[in-house]
Formats: sequence, C-alpha cells, structure tokens
Amino acid sequence: MTNHWVDIKNADLILIMGGNAAEAHPCGFKWVTEAKAHRKARLIVVDPRFTRSAAVADCYAPLRAGTDIAFLGGVINYLLGHDRIHHEYVRNYTDFSFVVKEDFNFVDGLFSGYNPEKRSYVKSSWGYQLGPDGYVVTDPTLQHPRCVYQLMKAHYSRYTPEMVATICGTPQEDFLRICGMIAETAAPDKAMTIMYALGWTQHSQGSQMIRTGAMVQLLLGNIGRAGGGMNALRGHSNIQGLTDLGLLSNLLPGYLTLAGEGEQDYQAYINSRAYKPLRPGQMSYWQNYAKFFVSTMKAWFGDAATADNNWCYHWLPKLDKPYDILQVFEDMQAGKVNGYICQGFNPLASAPCKVKVAGAMAKLKYMVIIDPLATETSEFWQNHGEYNDVDPTRIQTEVFRLPSTCFAEEDGSLVNSGRWLQWHWKGADPPGEAKTDQAIMAGIFLKLRAMYRKDGGAFPDPILNLTWRHRQIEIPTGEELAREFSGMALKDVVDPKDPAKVLVKAGQQVNGFAELRDDGSTACGCWIFSGCWSEKGNLMARRDNSDPYGIGQTLNWAFAWPANRRILYNRASCDPSGKPFDPSRKLIAWNQGTGTWSGSDIPDFNAASPPENGLGPFIMNPEGVARFFAVDKMAEGPFPEHYEPFESPLAVNPLHPHNDRARANPAARVFKGDWETFGAAEQFPHVATTYRLTEHFHFWTKHVALDAILQPEQFVEIGEELAREKGIKSGDSVRVRSKRGFIVAVAVVTKRIRTLEIAAKKVHTVGIPIHWGFMGVARNGYITNTLTPFVGDANTQTPEFKSFLVNIDKV
Amino acid sequence: MTLQSLDIKRRSATTTPPPNARATLEVSKLIDISKCIGCKACQVACMEWNDLRDTVGRNRGVYDNPADLSAQSWTVMRFAEVEPTPGRLEWLIRKDGCMHCADPGCLKSCPAPGAIIQYSNGIVDFHEEACVGCGYCILGCPFNIPRLSPQDHKVYKCTLCSDRVAVGREPACVKTCPTGAIMFGSREDMLHHAEARIADLKERGFQQAGLYNPPGVGGTHVMYVLQHADRPELYQGLPKDPGISPLVVLWKEIAKTLMSLGLGAVVLGGIFHYLTQGPNEVPEEEEETL
Repeated sequence: MTNHWVDIKNADLILIMGGNAAEAHPCGFKWVTEAKAHRKARLIVVDPRFTRSAAVADCYAPLRAGTDIAFLGGVINYLLGHDRIHHEYVRNYTDFSFVVKEDFNFVDGLFSGYNPEKRSYVKSSWGYQLGPDGYVVTDPTLQHPRCVYQLMKAHYSRYTPEMVATICGTPQEDFLRICGMIAETAAPDKAMTIMYALGWTQHSQGSQMIRTGAMVQLLLGNIGRAGGGMNALRGHSNIQGLTDLGLLSNLLPGYLTLAGEGEQDYQAYINSRAYKPLRPGQMSYWQNYAKFFVSTMKAWFGDAATADNNWCYHWLPKLDKPYDILQVFEDMQAGKVNGYICQGFNPLASAPCKVKVAGAMAKLKYMVIIDPLATETSEFWQNHGEYNDVDPTRIQTEVFRLPSTCFAEEDGSLVNSGRWLQWHWKGADPPGEAKTDQAIMAGIFLKLRAMYRKDGGAFPDPILNLTWRHRQIEIPTGEELAREFSGMALKDVVDPKDPAKVLVKAGQQVNGFAELRDDGSTACGCWIFSGCWSEKGNLMARRDNSDPYGIGQTLNWAFAWPANRRILYNRASCDPSGKPFDPSRKLIAWNQGTGTWSGSDIPDFNAASPPENGLGPFIMNPEGVARFFAVDKMAEGPFPEHYEPFESPLAVNPLHPHNDRARANPAARVFKGDWETFGAAEQFPHVATTYRLTEHFHFWTKHVALDAILQPEQFVEIGEELAREKGIKSGDSVRVRSKRGFIVAVAVVTKRIRTLEIAAKKVHTVGIPIHWGFMGVARNGYITNTLTPFVGDANTQTPEFKSFLVNIDKV
Repeated sequence: MTLQSLDIKRRSATTTPPPNARATLEVSKLIDISKCIGCKACQVACMEWNDLRDTVGRNRGVYDNPADLSAQSWTVMRFAEVEPTPGRLEWLIRKDGCMHCADPGCLKSCPAPGAIIQYSNGIVDFHEEACVGCGYCILGCPFNIPRLSPQDHKVYKCTLCSDRVAVGREPACVKTCPTGAIMFGSREDMLHHAEARIADLKERGFQQAGLYNPPGVGGTHVMYVLQHADRPELYQGLPKDPGISPLVVLWKEIAKTLMSLGLGAVVLGGIFHYLTQGPNEVPEEEEETL
C-alpha cells in the first residue's frame, strides 16, 4: 500500500477492483465502513462476480475477467477527454510535459523494438529525449506532439465506452456512471482510494493492470494524499515482509536487485542502479544504492566483506534467467532439479497446472517440507483416490517433513499491507517436535557448514563466512534477526557535513538508513527496515495509538517502513508552494518559520528542502516526478495496453483484430511445451476465474473444524443462463474441464454471475474457489489448480490464475 | 443462567411474582444488514464462546452453512439474492438467531417451570436443565428459532451471551464483527444509532430503509436495520408482522383460564362432596383383594 489500512477511512470514494476486500480482508474492510459512515464515502466494486464487497457497495459493475486494462484505459480516456484531471498535480508532479524519443512508437498493438522470436522487446526507444545538459527535454505547454500527455491522450483515445463494452462486457451506462463518480475526485479536496489484490496481479498482464490503476490515480492527483493511493491488499499476514526481505528469486533485501550474469563488474552493477537525476535538482534517492548494498553485505559476511574484494560481490549468484515458481517447476519437470526445500509453501495446491507440478515433483530425489501442517505437497506421492490419483510405487522422491511453528507459536514481526512492522508475542508453545523456522534453518545451516569445514567443497566461502552471531547458535531469535535487519554501526558513523560530530558510535544500532555508509562502517540486513530497532529499542513493539491529528496517523504505533512514514509520496499532498491541497486532511506542509516540512506524517522528502527548490515528491525516481510513461521498466511497453488473456473466448484482440501477435501479452514468457496445453474457445467456451472465500484461508483452514463447518465442500459458481443451457440446478454435481484436467464440485447457481455480451457474443463466467484439496477436515475435493494455465505475468511471472477457459457439464 | 436470580423478570410456567428490588438496563443488539459482509465471523465467535461444534456439512448450492440453525448452531447467516428494483441485484445477508422478544412466544408456551427465563435487561434465556423437550417453545416462536437436540431432547437457541452481558461484556458475535454491523448497548442507544443509519441509507437511495422491531411481539431485543423495511420477507423470510401463534394464545390464555376455572370447580366440588358426603371409605375386604 502507498497508504495504510486506517487511512482508508479518509477516502471520499473507494474503488475495489482486482480484489474483494470484504471477503479476503474482512478486518481491514472495517475502514471502508468507517469512510462510509463518517465521510459519506461511496464504494464502487468492479468485478466479474457480484461479491460480498459488492453486497455493501453503492455501485457495482461487471466486467469479463482479464479485461481490467480496457476498463481503466477507458477511464483514462474519459478523464482526459472530459478534462477531469488535477491539473496542478499532473503538471508539477508527473512526467506529463516530458518529451519522448522520436523512434518510440506503437503500431497495431506492438511497441517499437519487438522481437517475435524472443517474445521480448529491445527497449532502447522507450525513453525520454535528453537535452545537451543530460536532462530530460520538457514542454510545460504540453503542446509538443511527443510529450507524454499528448502520446498518452492518443494512446487511450481508442478506449471508447463502446470499446470498453465490447471488450469487458460492462454496460455503457454503468461504465459512464463510474467514470463520473471517479472524475469527481479530481477536485483538490476529494480523494479516491483504490483497493486491489490478486484480482490484478494474477494475470499475464497483471503488473500493467496495476499500473493503469496508478495512472488513473495520478491523473486525479490521488497519490500521496490522505484517503488516496494505490493500495495492494496483501494476502498472507507477512507476504509484504517476504517481498521486503527479498525472498523473490531476483531480489536482495529492501528491493535491491540481484545481478545478471552479464554484470560481473561490481562498479558497473552499482552504477546501473544508482540512477543520476534526470531533471535538475532532483534527489534520485537510489543514488545511495551502494550504501544499502554494502551494508547488506556487511550484515551477511561481516569482516570477510571488504572494499578490496568488492564486499564479496562475486559471492552472490548472477542470474542467467529468472528463477520464479514457473521456471523452477519447468526445470524440475525437465529433470534439472534434484532437491527442493519447500518452506511454508504448498505448491501442489498453489501452483498452476497440477499435472505438471506433480509430475515435476516425482522427478526429484528429495523434497524437504517445512510446515506446521501435512500439506498436499508433502503427501503428493500418496494416492487419494479421484482427488490425487497417483501410483506411489512409481514415485521415488524422498520426502522429509520438518514440523514448524505456526504464527501464534513464535515471537517476531509481521509486515502488514500498510508496511507496518508489528511485533507480536507467541500465544502458545508449539506442539510435539515442532520448531521455529529459524531453528530448522539453523540446523540445516550448521550441519552444512560443518560438512564444508570438514570436507571442503567447490565453493565454501559464502557458507563458511556467513555471519552467525547468536547467543544460542542453534536457535536464532526473532530479536537478534530484527536487530540485524535494522542495522548497526561497525565503526563510528560521523556527520558528513561535520566529521567531528558522531551520529552513531561503533557497536550501536543505527537510527535509520540515512546513517548507512558504503565504506563498510555499517551493517544492515534490510535497509528499508532500518531504524525499526534502534538504540531506543524495539519500535515495532510500540502500541501507542494516540492520533493527534484525528486522521488515523498513529506514528507511535509499531514502525512503518521506510523511516516510519505512513503515507508514501506525501509531499504530493501539498501544492508546489507547500500548502496542503486539503487542509482538513493535512499530512505535511512547509513551515516557513521553522524551515521544515512537518505535520501528521514523517515527510517522505528532504524535510529541509524549501518549496522554491523545486524538489519533486517522487524522490525514488530520477525524474523526481511520477511516470505515466514507464520508460524501460516494464516488459510489455511504457503505456499499458489491453491484451487478451492467454486463454480467451475471443479469437482476436478487438483493439488489434488483424494482428495475432497482439492478441495475448506479446512479452509474456511461454515455455515450449505449454502452448499445446492452452485451450481454445471451441472446446472450452467459458471464462473461468479462481478466488478465495472469506470462510477459508488458502489451503490451511480446511484443517480447522470451525472453518470447515462454515464452508464444508468444494463448489463452483455459475450464472442462471449457463445453468439453464446446461440443465444444471443449484446443488447438482458438475464437472469443470480445462485443457489441463478436470475437477468435480457442487454447482452454486447464482444471479451474481452475469452472462456478458463480449464482441457481440454471449460469454459465461465460471467462478471457482480454490480452498479444497485432499488433506484436512473439510470434505476432500479436487485441487482447483488442476485447471489453471502455466503462464504468468511478463514482469513478475505471477501465474494467470484469474482468467482461463473451461467447459462445464452436469455429472 | 449466570445472571442473578434478582434480575429475573419472567419465568415459564411460574406464577410466583418475580423479584423487583432492582432493575437492570434494558439492552439490545442492533444488526445493520447494510453493513454486513457475510463473513460468518459471528458464527465462529458463537461456536467458540459457547463451545459448540456443528458437523461438517454439505454444500447445498448456496453460501449458507451450516444450512440451518441447530442445537450446535445458534446463529447462521442467511443469504438472499433479490432484485427489489428490477435489474438491480442485491445480495442481502441476514444474521439469523433469537430475536429476544419483549413478549416471548416461547416462554409463554413453555410448560416446564423455569426452563425459559426473561431477564429484566430483556434477554430471553433457556435453562436446559429444566427443559422437558416438549417442543412447545418451537411452536410458540414466531421466528422459527429454537431447535430440539436429537441427542439430549433439549431445546437450544442464542442466549444473547447472557453470561457475558451479566458481567458487562458484549455478546461474542458483537465483539468479533469486523465491520460493526452488529452493535450492542442500551436499547435507547441502539434505537438512536439506528436512526442515524436509516438516515444514511435513505441518503444513499434506499427510501424504504427502516428499523425492524416488530410490535406484534412487543418489540425485540435483537433489531435489524433493513434497506427495505417495507419488505422484510426479502431477507430470507423475515416475517412481516410476527405475533405469537393464536394456538399459543388460545392454549395459554383462553384454554388455560378455562381449565383453571374447571380445575377450581373440580376441587371445589370435591370439598363440597367431602363436606356433604364425608370421606370415601373402602371396605376392608375390598382393600385386601386389591
């Protein structure tokens, strides 16, 4: 979230799209009710299904799964066409006036630089024109035909209400009513928030759906504002912490990135990430990249990391390709993976295309499961009748189950969607032989280290030199790890302006990432968490909910990264002169008297930089402003474009009916054998989408009697028209087939799923909750991901769980 | 059961007058259907607080689960897909359970002394140890709430967490409700809160929004804010004008009076007979043959 849960209450308008907050985040959803109760906020829900969020919405509109870019592109076209944008904001805080390179173009669905063989782009033309001074050329009059504003206006002019209706199936009057409601928040004293979740991320173009939402918010001036923002609602209680700590295969902690195999040179690696400002006087905060990187390496390798050995840069793996979940199972299936350690993860149920995943696991020599539960993955080799029809005698994978604690049985911090690191204390001791994940990992590590010490090995250095300072070496505690993430001074850290002034003494915890250094004098395990455990103690454990400004900015409750800032880009809540756009929801403002920015939040800014300096609010971007034109950051283009899901009921993309390459995301990776596993509309005419129910959490709570009582048995939802066509009644048993397999479930026939008219043909939707499997106390069922396709988003490789094709029949 | 005996207002099949040395605050639960997201957290809280576990059932083609109230499920969510305005779908989700009537049909129809209690705060509670399992309360309830347990042949329903309320806490469902759709407090506060909610709903276009507090049972201590108060039947059969069954009225108020009169007449007749005829003595030889 750019903002945080409590701040939702400050919204005037709430758009839930690509998510279903009432069902998937019922506790956080209370802030929607607060906004409705105290600000008379309106709630809009746009979703293929009339969800429990829609049940309490003021306005609902359906759309076909996977067409959100078309809908939001239509909103952008409406806002630009009707000139309902926040002019002062977009002129000053975005790249509206930036002039784009001459050779950038967009022809029939493809941007310049496309290579169809590699299914990827050469992105050299995706950039701004630079002047002789090295800065971007701008045209403040916005008249230049190649300025971002003009290019964007032309790009989205194709997204007419008619085109939105054709692609999405959303009735035009519903679409236009929603556009009108959204447009009202272009007023400086109005704010809209967008709440989204996996309904946007889990598409082959999921990242671009989110971008399109962010572009709408920028046009309206709703980013950096109380009650505004782009708010990703995270699923697991600590999935935000997972990404923050860099557990994705291409990341280092704090969104530093692993080098590619072409980046063997340390300085070149740093230089390509420490972006120089693209406009005069901008902060371009990533210029500090080396400080964060070196501090990470000092945290990992201690004295072994020195300037002479480039801080052990050469010990880090260099990526030859991404190692996302799809790639790993692709490799596993090809017999290229021997062992798999599976910690807190149930891929047999969670990964797409079960037949491929199960086949891949059967090729492993061993698999280690670290989990509190016996999961489908840990039992993948067992025959469970129709639900897991395998022959155990033909599976030689050795499976080790290491029982771990669950969240309530351990101390530690969880990072919530609003970036708050909240410390928690265990409520019970774990049962039986269960150990904390740290203890299990320590056990594996210490054994490995002993073996490397004794026997040597091809590359023992990173293992032998890994920092391991724990009072009980076999049980690293949450407190010890948290202190390491927050960071400490290894030598005295001095003020660069006054070397006589010591900011932090050697051996002390640092106060924040501003004190980190690139000379090896500081160690910090995750720079964005820096300051969460300073010499003041564990700030994550703070529980002071005083709210002096009355807008839910409880700065002394827990700790928010970065630097305890609650709302990112909060400088953008003020006009260029430093006055809040809406004084009633003031975040920060320039105080001429004190010469600082201050208010209800920690400035996400240089707090001493006066407005006349013209420092932009988007300090992480070298431009200092927000980008509508994503330059070379996205795989499929600088402007989001609607492409059909890989399995679509339409043979062509209505925007590009004559270009087959622009049907589905042209930059999405598809493995060789997987094209054949995609179904066509002739055999599989219905759009399917998978989702969660409020009664269950993933595949865990089917192990809990209370949840199993509330929602005991696998079902699928279909509309009344499809039910009539197929002779299906509510409660009937139905078989749902995709090209990859089938499931059998109870039919729930509902008015809540409408038949949509897409490109002049009727399209039915089949809704498929995910929660069942062959383990647990709920009634056993099929794994929903038997049905889903093995393809992901072009940027993140997040699988396309939300839109694919099926057929359905009564059993 | 944990409320003090001092607070008993009415007791089933009992004619002794209740204590009235002190009074408790009259309470109410207000369920705002327009804020309910159907998450069923209230069902879980109810099962957890009261240590109940229904069986893992089946899906019957709807979201409702457990499918109905039972001795193990004292509250369930009832989901209704309706189009009060044609073409405008609404998914109305109603938390069903005991309404805690001011004039409780269950208590009136119960023949077991002390099996059903009404407290001065308005809660209607079942004391299962005194329940004889006759099921009259089920017939007497205008909302179809009490359920007979097939295991112990006692009848169960929501207690409004009388044990929690007795020590100053809100019912478990109220405590857990994430959106504040279930509120609890003094009856006066709840009526006041409902007014504001209804005004908000009217401003959002629900012209018929209103409070469900049916006079036919003297009002209820569980009240609903409805978007369509003119059509309560939209909410999975919430009765429009509930009242105590005429059979109960006939039985308990007319027949019982007549029977009491009849019984009195028999007693009086017996006394008259004794006084005029003397004791009815059995000859010894007859007694021996018996």
